[in-house]
Amino acid sequence: MRDESQVLPNGRLLRYSYRERLVHWTASITYVYLMLTGLAFWSPWLYWLAIVLGGATISRELHPWAGLIFTVAVVLMYVMWAFEMSITENDKAWMRQVEHYIQNEDEKTPPQDRFNAGQKSLFWGFVICGILLLLSGLVLWLPQYIPWSLRYLRYIAVIVHPAAALITIGLFMIHLYMGLAIEGGALHSMVGGDVSRSWAKEFHRLWYDKVVRDDSAARK
Amino acid sequence: MSQATMEIRRISGHAGSVPGAGMSRDYDVCKLIDTTTCIGCKACEVACLEWNGYGFAQTSFDNSYQTMPETAWNYWNLIKFNEYQHPDHGLMLLMRKDQCMHCEDPGCLEACPADSAIIQYANGIVDFQEDHCIGCGYCITGCPFNIPKFSTEARKVFKCTLCSDRVSQGLEPACIKSCPTGCLHFGSKEDMSYLAQKRAKQLRDVSGFGNAGVYDPAGVGGTHVIYVLHDATNPEIYGGLPKNPSIPWSVKLWKHPLKWLGNLAMVGGLFGLAIHYLRFGPKVVEGADKFPENEGPRP
Repeated sequence: MRDESQVLPNGRLLRYSYRERLVHWTASITYVYLMLTGLAFWSPWLYWLAIVLGGATISRELHPWAGLIFTVAVVLMYVMWAFEMSITENDKAWMRQVEHYIQNEDEKTPPQDRFNAGQKSLFWGFVICGILLLLSGLVLWLPQYIPWSLRYLRYIAVIVHPAAALITIGLFMIHLYMGLAIEGGALHSMVGGDVSRSWAKEFHRLWYDKVVRDDSAARK
Repeated sequence: MSQATMEIRRISGHAGSVPGAGMSRDYDVCKLIDTTTCIGCKACEVACLEWNGYGFAQTSFDNSYQTMPETAWNYWNLIKFNEYQHPDHGLMLLMRKDQCMHCEDPGCLEACPADSAIIQYANGIVDFQEDHCIGCGYCITGCPFNIPKFSTEARKVFKCTLCSDRVSQGLEPACIKSCPTGCLHFGSKEDMSYLAQKRAKQLRDVSGFGNAGVYDPAGVGGTHVIYVLHDATNPEIYGGLPKNPSIPWSVKLWKHPLKWLGNLAMVGGLFGLAIHYLRFGPKVVEGADKFPENEGPRP
């Protein structure tokens, strides 16, 4: 799997490589911009967001370009993570116990690999909504090139784009909440890349076992 | 509009009633286009360009007298020419002046997200305020008549204003002024509807157009531009005039149920997370206490 051991010299574990973190933050920054400018066009009560971000005209011009960068980041995430994100029987078992996870009774949930079923749901939600947002966004970007005879494309786009965006906002809110408020160490894992062994053992037991096994195998 | 507000209400030291009291017509304005007396001279196209300050556009030839396939951002008034084989009257050349219909329930305004970019005056004129337009083009999607057009140079959307600048000064729109046959009329909605119905009746009773009628579609709440058509049952033959225009279903779905559901879900989600935090709080990893053997540098 990996050439180098994920056990760092200080004993902590490398959870996210530099490349993974770079892609993640590219997606994050563009997504936040897309969400805020998108919300400005969603409701008159939030139009001020576009004014804060440099004006509604600029927001309208840059939103599609930010969307393209976001698309590239999501494609790279897909390439990096799609294999590890595939849904397994273990994930289904975890999902059945999700109320224990929500109630912080993690010991009652099945041990998880590198990504738990919640993270996998986030990933696949963003991939699927990302495709919908890209396709509808292209139509909304250049409406003047959609001929009158194909106007139904615009009709579909104006409903698909906000609907898919709302789903991602829901996922994003949970993701942000988990990363910043609930799982101490999760934010650091995406900034510095490393986690403590306790953290890994607590939340991703199967991954932890694998990392330690690979490390001792490599050191023999 | 301004003329109506300057009507005299009371006069000092004046014997008898106020002259003109109760004579005022509605604020609503309306353009009546009688397609049956249009000769396709395109004077209205020229007058529109001249008044609004646009140059003559490149014309295209498509085996028709029509100047171009559809209106453009800088060409708001276009006569659509269509040949039609009428069962009783033989080959007819239908000529319909196409421009913004100034809907009572405008789809462009419904779809527009930009504060103050589209306004509807009390007299019914729907006007784009390009200063506030952000060029998103949602109005193009909202319009059932294919009227708003995007300028790639200005990166904003333009359309017919019903000469709101002229109307505010008590003048008729430029196209009306230029029409040599009198097929264009301008006045209150009530008067124009009356005139249109009268003309349609004449066409039915005298001219042998049994299906003649007035085009004032209810699906958009009626329009402030109305047509007299030889065949009101089949407006599509007049260069694609929609039979039952309405704001697209997806625009309505997006602006009403989805918007309120989405807002509710987002606000509810924020509350839900806050409640979760208060109830359960963060997940605690006891770290060295829980797994003491795992901390510290690699042996």
